[in-house]
Amino acid sequence: MKNQLKQHRSTLRRILNYIGVYKWLVFLSLALAAVTVATTLYAPILVGKGVDLILGPKNVDFEGLLAILRQIAAVVFITAFAQWLMNHINNRITYHVVEDIRTRAFNHLEVLPLKYIDSHPYGDTISRIIADIDQFSEGLLMGFTQLFTGVLTILGTLGFMIVVNPLITVVVVLVTPLSLFVASYIAKKTFAMFQLQSRTRGELTSLVDEMIGSQKVVQAFGYEDEAQKRFEEINERLRACSLRAIFFSSITNPSTRFVNSVVYASVGVVGACAAIRGLLSVGQLSIFLSYANQYTKPFNEISGVVTELQNALACASRVFELMDEPPISPDDGGENLTSVDGSVTLSDVSFAYNPQVPLIEHLNLDVKPGQRIAIVGPTGCGKTTLINLLMRFYDVDGGSIRVAGRDIRHVTRESLRASYGMVLQETWLKSGTIRENIAYGKPEASLEEIIQAAGDAHAHSFIKRMPQGYDTVISEDGGNLSQGQKQLLCIARVMLCLPPMLILDEATSSIDTRTEIRIQKAFATMMQGRTSFIVAHRLSTIREADVILVMKDGHIIEQGNHETLLANQGFYAQLYNSQFAH
Amino acid sequence: MGKLIKYLKDYKLESVLGPLFKMLEASFELFVPLVMAQIIDVGIKNQDASYILKMGGILVLLGLIGLACSLTAQYFAAKAAVGFSTNLRNDLFAHIGRLSYNEQDTIGTATLITRMTSDVNQVQSGLNLALRLLLRSPFIVFGAMIMAFTVNVKAAMVFVVAIPALSVVVFGIMGFSMPLYKKVQRQLDQVTLATRENLTGARVIRAFNRQEDEIHRFGEANDQLVRFQIFVGKISALMNPITYVIINLAIVAVVWISGKQVDAGIITQGETVALVNYMSQILVELIKMANLIVSISKALACANRISTVLEEKSSITDPADAKQSQTKQPMTGTVPGTHHKVSFRQVDFAYKGAKENSLTRIDFSVKAGQTIGIIGGTGSGKSSLVNLIPRFYDVSEGAVLIDGRDVREYPLEELRHKIGMVPQKAVLFKGTLRENMQWGKKDATDQEIYQALDMAQAREFVDSKEKGLELSIDQNGKNLSGGQRQRLTIARALVKQPEILIMDDSASALDFATDASLRKAIREGTKGMTVFIVSQRATTIRNADQILVLDDGCLAGRGTHQELLKSCDVYREICLSQLSKEEVQ
Repeated sequence: MKNQLKQHRSTLRRILNYIGVYKWLVFLSLALAAVTVATTLYAPILVGKGVDLILGPKNVDFEGLLAILRQIAAVVFITAFAQWLMNHINNRITYHVVEDIRTRAFNHLEVLPLKYIDSHPYGDTISRIIADIDQFSEGLLMGFTQLFTGVLTILGTLGFMIVVNPLITVVVVLVTPLSLFVASYIAKKTFAMFQLQSRTRGELTSLVDEMIGSQKVVQAFGYEDEAQKRFEEINERLRACSLRAIFFSSITNPSTRFVNSVVYASVGVVGACAAIRGLLSVGQLSIFLSYANQYTKPFNEISGVVTELQNALACASRVFELMDEPPISPDDGGENLTSVDGSVTLSDVSFAYNPQVPLIEHLNLDVKPGQRIAIVGPTGCGKTTLINLLMRFYDVDGGSIRVAGRDIRHVTRESLRASYGMVLQETWLKSGTIRENIAYGKPEASLEEIIQAAGDAHAHSFIKRMPQGYDTVISEDGGNLSQGQKQLLCIARVMLCLPPMLILDEATSSIDTRTEIRIQKAFATMMQGRTSFIVAHRLSTIREADVILVMKDGHIIEQGNHETLLANQGFYAQLYNSQFAH
Repeated sequence: MGKLIKYLKDYKLESVLGPLFKMLEASFELFVPLVMAQIIDVGIKNQDASYILKMGGILVLLGLIGLACSLTAQYFAAKAAVGFSTNLRNDLFAHIGRLSYNEQDTIGTATLITRMTSDVNQVQSGLNLALRLLLRSPFIVFGAMIMAFTVNVKAAMVFVVAIPALSVVVFGIMGFSMPLYKKVQRQLDQVTLATRENLTGARVIRAFNRQEDEIHRFGEANDQLVRFQIFVGKISALMNPITYVIINLAIVAVVWISGKQVDAGIITQGETVALVNYMSQILVELIKMANLIVSISKALACANRISTVLEEKSSITDPADAKQSQTKQPMTGTVPGTHHKVSFRQVDFAYKGAKENSLTRIDFSVKAGQTIGIIGGTGSGKSSLVNLIPRFYDVSEGAVLIDGRDVREYPLEELRHKIGMVPQKAVLFKGTLRENMQWGKKDATDQEIYQALDMAQAREFVDSKEKGLELSIDQNGKNLSGGQRQRLTIARALVKQPEILIMDDSASALDFATDASLRKAIREGTKGMTVFIVSQRATTIRNADQILVLDDGCLAGRGTHQELLKSCDVYREICLSQLSKEEVQ
């Protein structure tokens, strides 16, 4: 609890820092809020004064009335303008603060280590940057517009009332909290009902999720009736508990309204009695009546704002949590990697995603310029780990990796990554045109270069057939392309820059035979004279490799070429026999 | 929405009584200013404290009656709204259960789930709100105006001018800003897209050193979003000040006119106060109404989405003259090879909305008891082909026959009863292992289940888990490995003891040895069962009685392994890519 409070406080401080940038606007907004509240409260007083000038037949002071009405009009216009300006300023502050936070959160995403990205569900990170910040902005906006004005209104109303008539003020102050009490009492009582409702709703949702999510299986097994029966049973329970929750919670509004009407009646009676004794004019009574109506509103609003603000605070702290994730180590002092000859040396490399589960230990590998390294092993054996290390998506825990004799930790990431061309099996394309995608690594490339690269990647022919050719827009994650076409585009993307070293991930079986052959040809073109690391599935690739790394459960357990490994009669031989032989 | 109204029919009384009581409450509320006027005009004027007290009592009484009416209204409205959504959900669930694969593909299961859950909830709360408030607010607005008329016609004319002016402002601003909010939402989607892309593509973005550009791109989208938000905010921010101005100018006018009327002795001071109060009531209700309309239009949008789902007709239904087939066809256990169990006659098939056929001119026959292997690259139509047998989809041209009869002539239940399906995705359901196994056959005995588990090579790991058939399985079988799940889905299909077993690439997660023993067990344990095996692995299907080779939706070859090696280029290519030359033979 205490910790939470502390955390809340530090979150609040950070939010204030962001808001602080706009402090002049904030001051202006607060000043306008004060003006608005003062004039809003002043208007009923003027109306009351006006009413006092209308006493009875032939007893109306028209001159005085006109003056007061003019004042009212003036006050009203001032209020309206101040209110509008305040709302507008609040909007500006809120959305700019939100923009600042969102931009920083996103920028942080670009420097987060891949370790974070890999180990957190994307949905979670997205919801922090999108939904949480959105929720936060709503809370902030409400806080700005309602919290301060609400408090001021309550204080102002009290002040005005005391000045006019302390006795009635006491009545209002005593009776009003009743409505708050009623509201919180009902909220407390209905909490359990809402919990039951949301539990039952959750039960229903998970059944729906399961049955509709796997509708095809349900139909294949003729399970529809059974599913319907189960559904209706939960649905019936949901009906009963929803009714209770909804009804009992909806008592709040009528009850507080009733309390308000009691306040109203009391003010009326007490005020009228005071008027009889000449302590109060009718106009002043009307002021009280309209204050009595107004007085409870900010209370309800404030309690709403407080929950909203708490919520916003929680959301903000989730965003800050993301922003507090340590970024990758800076490239400081690193020089650019130049004159890459294609030699790569791994000496005594060890690495683990999780310190308790060592993965790669004491790995030594000496790759000469132009060699082909095939990485093989069953699915999920951690073949991508090696790619992660080579590209320095992750840093080694022990030992070192050297490219052209330079430790990759001592050169800039940018220059290291620019020396590799990477084609992964999970083809990622950005939403945009085919042309933009191919030119992703070299945005300034001309169309001729792009077409040349596409041609080399055997992708030109299918791109040509697309409705808008190279300007065809690819939907998010290449939804309108086949897996094979996506891979060809990824190859074309690398083909355009064609760095001295390659990391290739052969597709497994999800590509039709013809495209597969094209991809093979494209790979072969690329590998000409380049050091290549290939996550290999095809026998021919493996056989032609200079070095085969055999991985199992994250470990590199064997290393050598095809013949020597077969002769070893080890895991490779076993794998070879089960996967490729009978 | 109109179509959904019928779900209220069990709650006719409630849906009338709810709004009625709410209006009753509102009428009592309208009396309050008049009573207060009496207090001022009679009580204060005559210095009659007991009269004032009496009137105060009446005010409290009005409040109490109002409370009672309001509670009654809330209860009826809640009952009607909750009952409505319960009925709607039941029907919707049943309806979705009847939708064929075609509709599921086009609508998407994720969408269906949203319709079923959050959309129905939205409609429920919209309905609840509408039943309570939709009539109340206009009632008070017009009621206040009418009351004003009863007090004084001249002063009431101010209401006649102010109410339309207020309505124009409130609804005009809303009408203008709502489409803008949609624009904001769309821009927010752009920002989300940029964020998601940067997560899924983190490796590629870093490999190409494009972080700076991505930051720039995100910044632009974010900037645009803020511009939209501020613009919409600027317009919405107009609402309160303008209505405030109108209502207060109206009050000024009312006071001025009342002053004249009082001076002329037509109305009293108290009545002036009452008129001012009526004007304030109107503003409150108009704002409520504006918010109400926002929620109701949201609910209506949800209702429309639900209606679209309900209107979606299943494209696959029982034949009009559906009756159980008279001639009882020979069940499993007949002498294999005596008649054509399954035949495809010149079948063309295209998915709904697709321009090109997924299957073209497929023609073959299979004898009872045969094992058929189907091989080909992704997108070659393997799954499409087997999905036609249980009529998950209907053919576009030609016909699929089982036991010589068109599948479209079978009642669906009877047809699917004959077929055991092992889908590509190994889906299991939350519950015990026994419950999962009984999916295809409700009354399957433990012995039958164990037999199936044996055959599916799942017995060993089930036994190792100690709890036997009581083993509890998480949603989607998350507590099991991929291979275990696959074996269980195979066993589930076998429990059904189907005449036709279809395995749609469903042994991909099994290692070679298990795969082999599985096929052996099925061959030996299910004499007479016709088995279709879809696979990407040549080794899985090479011993089949008949192999169908699919290439781009066409039958590129058909025959045994040896025959196809000689006659079919595509088959040879596939084999050579997976097996070495010596091994192919």
